[in-house]
Amino acid sequence: MERITPLLWLLFSAGGTVAALLFPVHFFLTGLAFPLGWLEAPSHESLNRLLTHPVTRLYLFILISLPLFHWAHRFRYTLYDGLQLKHLTVLIAVLCYGAALAGTAMAAYLLWNIS
Amino acid sequence: MPSSVALTVARYRPERESEPTFQTYEIPFRKDWVVLDALNHVKDSLDGSLSFRWSCRMGVCGSCGMKVNGTPKLTCATFLSDYLPGPIRVEPLDYFPVVRDLVVDLTDFMRKLKQVKPWIIRKEEKAPGEGEYLQTPDQLDTYKQFSMCINCMLCYSACPIYGLEPSFIGPAAIALAQRYNMDSRDEGAAERLKILSEHDGIWQCTFVGECTKVCPKHVDPAGAIQQYKLTGATNWVKSLLLPWGTR
Amino acid sequence: MSAEPHYTLYHPRWYRRRVSVWWWLQKRSYTGFVLRELTSIFVAFFAVVYLWQLRALTQGPEAYEQFLARLTTPLFLALDTVAFLFVLFHAITWFNLTPKAMVVRWRGKRVPDWLILGLNYAAWLVLSGAVAFVLLRG
Repeated sequence: MERITPLLWLLFSAGGTVAALLFPVHFFLTGLAFPLGWLEAPSHESLNRLLTHPVTRLYLFILISLPLFHWAHRFRYTLYDGLQLKHLTVLIAVLCYGAALAGTAMAAYLLWNIS
Repeated sequence: MPSSVALTVARYRPERESEPTFQTYEIPFRKDWVVLDALNHVKDSLDGSLSFRWSCRMGVCGSCGMKVNGTPKLTCATFLSDYLPGPIRVEPLDYFPVVRDLVVDLTDFMRKLKQVKPWIIRKEEKAPGEGEYLQTPDQLDTYKQFSMCINCMLCYSACPIYGLEPSFIGPAAIALAQRYNMDSRDEGAAERLKILSEHDGIWQCTFVGECTKVCPKHVDPAGAIQQYKLTGATNWVKSLLLPWGTR
Repeated sequence: MSAEPHYTLYHPRWYRRRVSVWWWLQKRSYTGFVLRELTSIFVAFFAVVYLWQLRALTQGPEAYEQFLARLTTPLFLALDTVAFLFVLFHAITWFNLTPKAMVVRWRGKRVPDWLILGLNYAAWLVLSGAVAFVLLRG
């Protein structure tokens, strides 16, 4: 675990930067503007058209995967320090990074199999 | 301006109590007095049994660090007039064992400081006859801020991670390691990397930033630690991709 | 309160205070720090929402319509509002910390913090504009 800490920190940093730069606009549109009708949501066909580009798929992979690793690393330390759950440190690490890996795998699977 | 102000001081006398208590003293208020002056007044005129550390009384020795109204401060640089009408609460620094009254034990920090090797490490020293090591002002600028540390321990007292995880190497130690890593005359970055990249080294830090807030010399240890995380991580990637080229 | 001194091996017993599990409520800056760290939960929430949207997209138009309908329910609108505010908080605190963590030296001198901050916000604006353009042009 210790030997890959630098890698986990790099993923955390990259994920945090992606989340900081891109999530506000995506979240505003998908979570608020489109459902509330302030702006017109893109149609199913136009989104599928976007998805055919490999660049879009790579973009979406990064958009989903890196912030998950950002959450995993940060949340793990929050539980460890905030709730002083030191005795559960291995379990917490496994659950956090495991969840991030699962999300990444699912995103990869979905994006790879788009016809 | 009042003529006096109350000073509530933490007392701990192991020979007669098992827990710290508080004792309040009414001290004369002078607008140019600092908390250290007030403590010295207590010791000289009111209660000679009060124990505390101090030395230069001008903010360069780092001896007089204490908590004033809950915030770690140098008592020689904390004016009574900023805390009117009082009472002013003086306690020993957090997260260090209290020896007596306001005196804490700093052995833990001293041990950690030695571990980061805070001195110039070179493979070969120049002979004195060959002259000095030259350094441009820009090279000095890269580490000068971190060299301002006076080891006052306010940063350790502010760092919640150090409180929760006493084995954490801590802000001042890492800032001082960076001071030497960034020094152009130093060649010991690889040696320091070993101790700093352990579990209780830089990776424990979650960038709370309290250390930088309380530092009286504007060392910015939080910045030093984050910069070192980036260096450590890039070194790690380099060692992974180019295992033969690690220096 | 006992009259006997408590001695350990070489000296009287030092007092060690135990850190309370509520340490983060004792100072405003500590609470702010923990709130900042908790933004990661909402970041993960949105990543999951986007993953879910991706899945709905690949399953066909009906599944996608169902997904869109779900997002208009009051529960999700409330969740999304709270989460959006936290994500904004994350972005702002992240940009504010970047100049401290990344020191860029240009021709020997350190690039000033306000410039790094400005460049981050500029990148934020440009990227947000680009994403909005792609998603809104239909």
